[in-house]
Amino acid sequence: MKLLVCVSKTPETTAKIAFTNNDSEFDTSGVQFIMNPYDEWYALVRALELKEQLGGSVTILNVGPASNDAVIRKGLAIGADDAIRVNAEPKSSLYVAKQIAAVAKEGGYDVIFLGKESIDYNGSEVSAMTAELLDMPFISYATKMDIDGSTATIEREIEGGTEVLEVDTPFVLSAAKGMAEQRIPNMRGIMMAKRKPLKVVEAVEANDLTTVATYTMPPSKTEVKMIDPENMDELVRLLHEESKVI
Amino acid sequence: MYVDSDVKGIMNGTIHRRAREDRYQGHDYYNIDDLLTDDHLMARDAVRAWVKQEVTPIIEDCSEQAKCPTHLYKGLAEIGAFGPSLPVEYGGGGMDEIAYGIIMQELERGDSGIRSMASVQGSLVMYPIYKFGSEEQRKRFLPKLGSGEYIGCFGLTEPDHGSDPSSMITNIKEDGDHYILNGAKMWITNSPVADIAVVWAKDEEGKIRGLIVERGMEGFSTPEIHGKLSLRASITGELVFEDVRVPKANVFPDIRGLRGPLSCLSKARYGIAWGTIGAALDCYDSALRYSMEREQFGKPIAQFQLTQKKLAEMITEITKAQLLVWRLGTLANKGKATPAQISMAKRNSCEIALKIAREARQIHGGMGITNEYPIMRHMMNLETVLTYEGTHDIHLLITGMDVTGLNGFK
Repeated sequence: MKLLVCVSKTPETTAKIAFTNNDSEFDTSGVQFIMNPYDEWYALVRALELKEQLGGSVTILNVGPASNDAVIRKGLAIGADDAIRVNAEPKSSLYVAKQIAAVAKEGGYDVIFLGKESIDYNGSEVSAMTAELLDMPFISYATKMDIDGSTATIEREIEGGTEVLEVDTPFVLSAAKGMAEQRIPNMRGIMMAKRKPLKVVEAVEANDLTTVATYTMPPSKTEVKMIDPENMDELVRLLHEESKVI
Repeated sequence: MYVDSDVKGIMNGTIHRRAREDRYQGHDYYNIDDLLTDDHLMARDAVRAWVKQEVTPIIEDCSEQAKCPTHLYKGLAEIGAFGPSLPVEYGGGGMDEIAYGIIMQELERGDSGIRSMASVQGSLVMYPIYKFGSEEQRKRFLPKLGSGEYIGCFGLTEPDHGSDPSSMITNIKEDGDHYILNGAKMWITNSPVADIAVVWAKDEEGKIRGLIVERGMEGFSTPEIHGKLSLRASITGELVFEDVRVPKANVFPDIRGLRGPLSCLSKARYGIAWGTIGAALDCYDSALRYSMEREQFGKPIAQFQLTQKKLAEMITEITKAQLLVWRLGTLANKGKATPAQISMAKRNSCEIALKIAREARQIHGGMGITNEYPIMRHMMNLETVLTYEGTHDIHLLITGMDVTGLNGFK
């Protein structure tokens, strides 16, 4: 079983968010980066569990500059066999999906795993686009997945219940919470990761159909106003005139 | 791990897991992370995540009830906290000394007792077997110690001989293929659950020798020491030897004199120099967050100058200590860290950690004395760390002797 796990690098969850260059770029100074938790905790760990159960290999794929190598090495330390980095700035979802599709086509993988979204832009776009570009089935927001032969049984949460799907390999899957439990790399894994192959490939031609015009911060929270329970008229006035919700 | 009926009772007791999130974040005021490698940073993140997952939820309850979380020995082994800087083929992790220091720091951020569990196993049991043991001893014991299948302890201190170990009375007498061991050791971390003990004893010529005593050898017992108000989550005991017949194959072949145990202590003290900064960081981190959230007189107490003085002094001392141990680590990686340099760092880190714990306690006000916050637990733990592995005063005398060339011990 050949498994490909696509991982992205995202800001650490407590990072202070700021913008630069006329609010058109995310300001990375002083920001610590981590592997996107949905990619790591759910997609990568489930892929490793399947490999341990069925044999085969797990390859990590990242689209990004050399500074992403530390994140990739973490994936190798957790247990992936090798890694590929497409040496390019991940400019947009479509651009990244086209890079993934190019690598995936060449590698002939049985399952292509991604997290359900990245915790920075929360687009949930790359996995669907990748499946479309590869003309493969796509299962989103999967919470459970098992493989028997070339058929996978997958569960996904839907409104008020669970949907169970069957799909034949190869396919693309985006993993959500429930798929697996976080694995912490151990010291031996960290040392072994240094010796595992990390192949760097150049990007394929890919058009960007979107560009970021500007970023804005959400409005800061306003102070809570306490209204006397006897003064309902004032509450109504504030809701009407200030909040404009009634 | 050895489990006697007494310890079984401890393990079967109920330890409650707390659901409250551990919000700890590291602090690096001087960008010292830039001096570390990706491996170091990954090791730190891994141990920090492990501590948040395994230690934080139970440590207050373990400490309160004086229960050693013995199930964590296996977890410590799995994460690679036992002998990380020893070679892989002997059960270690093949990492450098800075990685070892960082691991100890993250463990002690959780609790000094948890760090002690790992320090003893790695620096005081695996290290001497690796350094002084025969190839047969290395192969027999090190992989099992590295994997946590065996727990070890280290016996040097005696009831009447602490800072002056050269006056020890524990002794061995030759008897055919064996030595007969008699004596007692005191304040031995891990001893009640240990499968083996690295013991230092005088031979018939009065020379200090090292030997591996195994659980089950007749005349060997490990009573637990109760009533500790510090390191309550770590198990401590005695080692009692009454005509214990130890095979000669268990004796370190070549090492003679205090140099043997002292080199182990240098290794452990090095880990403590890094480790206690972890306790200091946890106290500082908690105090900083508490002072931003706690309001008095209509504003966060962090806005008051006296609170800022405390916080500023804390982070200054932490930063100085971080730089000191980083430099010590680079020296240790080259094999150039002297015992006296290690003494200075151990003493400094313990001192600043204890002071920071006390200042952090004040910032937390009344809450600081409860187990809602980690401060008092760290503070009580650090009282032990200030004394074990060379007391605070002894380390000062080591520095004094090093700079003057004059021996202030005698």
